[in-house]
Amino acid sequence: MSNRLRTSFLAMPYALWVLICTILPLFYILGYAINTGDGSFTLSNLLAITDPVHLKSLWLSIQVALITTVICLILAYPVALILHNLKISNKGFIVFLFILPMWMNFMLRILAWQNILSNNGILNSILTALGLPTIHILYTKAAVILGMVYDFLPYMILPIYNSLSKINDEVIEAASDLGSNWLNTFIKITLPLSKDGIISGIIMVFVPALSSFVVSNLLGGGKVLLIGNVIEQEFTLARNWNLGSGLSIILMLFVLASMSIMNKVDDSENGGMLI
Amino acid sequence: MRKVKKGASYTYLGLIFLFLYAPILVLIVLSFNNSMSRTVWGGFTFKWYFNLPSNDTIMDALWTTLRITLSSSILATILGTTAALGINRMKKHHAAIMLGATNIPLLNADIVTGISLMLLFTRFTSLGEFSVVLAHIAFSVPYVIFNVLPKLQSMSDACIEAAMDLGASPAYAFYKVILPEIFPGVLSGFLMAFTMSLDDFTITYFTKGAGVNTLSTMLYTELRKGIQPELYALSTLLFLLAFVMLIATNLKGIRKKEVVR
Repeated sequence: MSNRLRTSFLAMPYALWVLICTILPLFYILGYAINTGDGSFTLSNLLAITDPVHLKSLWLSIQVALITTVICLILAYPVALILHNLKISNKGFIVFLFILPMWMNFMLRILAWQNILSNNGILNSILTALGLPTIHILYTKAAVILGMVYDFLPYMILPIYNSLSKINDEVIEAASDLGSNWLNTFIKITLPLSKDGIISGIIMVFVPALSSFVVSNLLGGGKVLLIGNVIEQEFTLARNWNLGSGLSIILMLFVLASMSIMNKVDDSENGGMLI
Repeated sequence: MRKVKKGASYTYLGLIFLFLYAPILVLIVLSFNNSMSRTVWGGFTFKWYFNLPSNDTIMDALWTTLRITLSSSILATILGTTAALGINRMKKHHAAIMLGATNIPLLNADIVTGISLMLLFTRFTSLGEFSVVLAHIAFSVPYVIFNVLPKLQSMSDACIEAAMDLGASPAYAFYKVILPEIFPGVLSGFLMAFTMSLDDFTITYFTKGAGVNTLSTMLYTELRKGIQPELYALSTLLFLLAFVMLIATNLKGIRKKEVVR
């Protein structure tokens, strides 16, 4: 590379930005977490997670996040596969069909699910008209999971779709030329080659699902208390910023732990790019 | 057998789109509902669309949202594109460190990002509209970098070298050679940053000052009072705008391809 192309200095403003707006805030939250509020050191804000109420919320969050991620994966993989096989010339169009719903306010969309799911809501009207039994899931864990699957499904579809489009079609053709049937080709070739996308998708769904508090507020009706709800209440209602920070650090540790597990599975060298 | 498979694929795809767009249909229908209630159909009306411009709370929130979204996504695009240009030329392990740091806002829980930025801002500046813009830049820059960087990496140095050998200044070479090549990445990065900022609630909620409201945070505070139906009208308009833009750019793309052929 010639000297004229050494433009790495262009990243300097961004490096400064990362230090101030990404790294420094994390130290701030840690600072609050290990502080009693009047300046002395304590671990009680971090250990507060062992309080049965907090433990129950954390456990519920993990359950909800796991179920949401699994459902998203099961729903998204066929979508990505079908889209990939569509042979449409303008692939960007498809991607935008999945982020287009975000132009309608997120909170309004979740509220619309209240309309759909409520006891005499749209879904039950349709079920009654068809002579089927009605379902009553609004303000339960099931509704919260449904809302999260709805909200996070695009984050699972897009990375899997991207990883599928990177697969060289000739590899698939070679497999079928050599006598491999569809299922065998899928298990032996397509699935392993799309592992990167699956892992990105799992991370992009699991992390927000673990920490969300709005969906559980709106569709859980205050009855489903996730760890995100507990943290939000510490900051807005209880005004105990130190305890809220302590619980946030614990949440962050869980996110880091789940990610290092996923990184163990992932042995690719895509330079650590998620999307 | 093939036909059955194709039919099943389309049915499945249709069901997924129904799932993703069902709430949007509900909201569009509600925007024409001549009743304050969310659950009762009171006949067809356009009145919420006519009332919208005179609803100060909503219009204020709309302008605040647009100001924050536009300024943060433009600034994030500039910062992210220059960052990508720099990272692309870094030594491998330096680039890896930068990319690792870039992943943090993407991977961290929104609530933690929001709270940590709030703690920083309350120490150094005050919470207001500006703090929200900074916070939005912080979480949307990664989308720009990860959209621009692959375009840079797939570009050969030879073109830039040639341009400069032929007497182009670095700025001119950037403008004439690099920018056209990476522009699709810059554009999709900008659009993602814009969309994420427009749709954000959690980070805005924690980093905004009192009295500053975007559409999302206004909605959250007004939930108990009941939603003003003008909001359905506004959301429908915003959605239709995005939809029309999507179709228009797509048609343009198709036409371009035909010309090339």
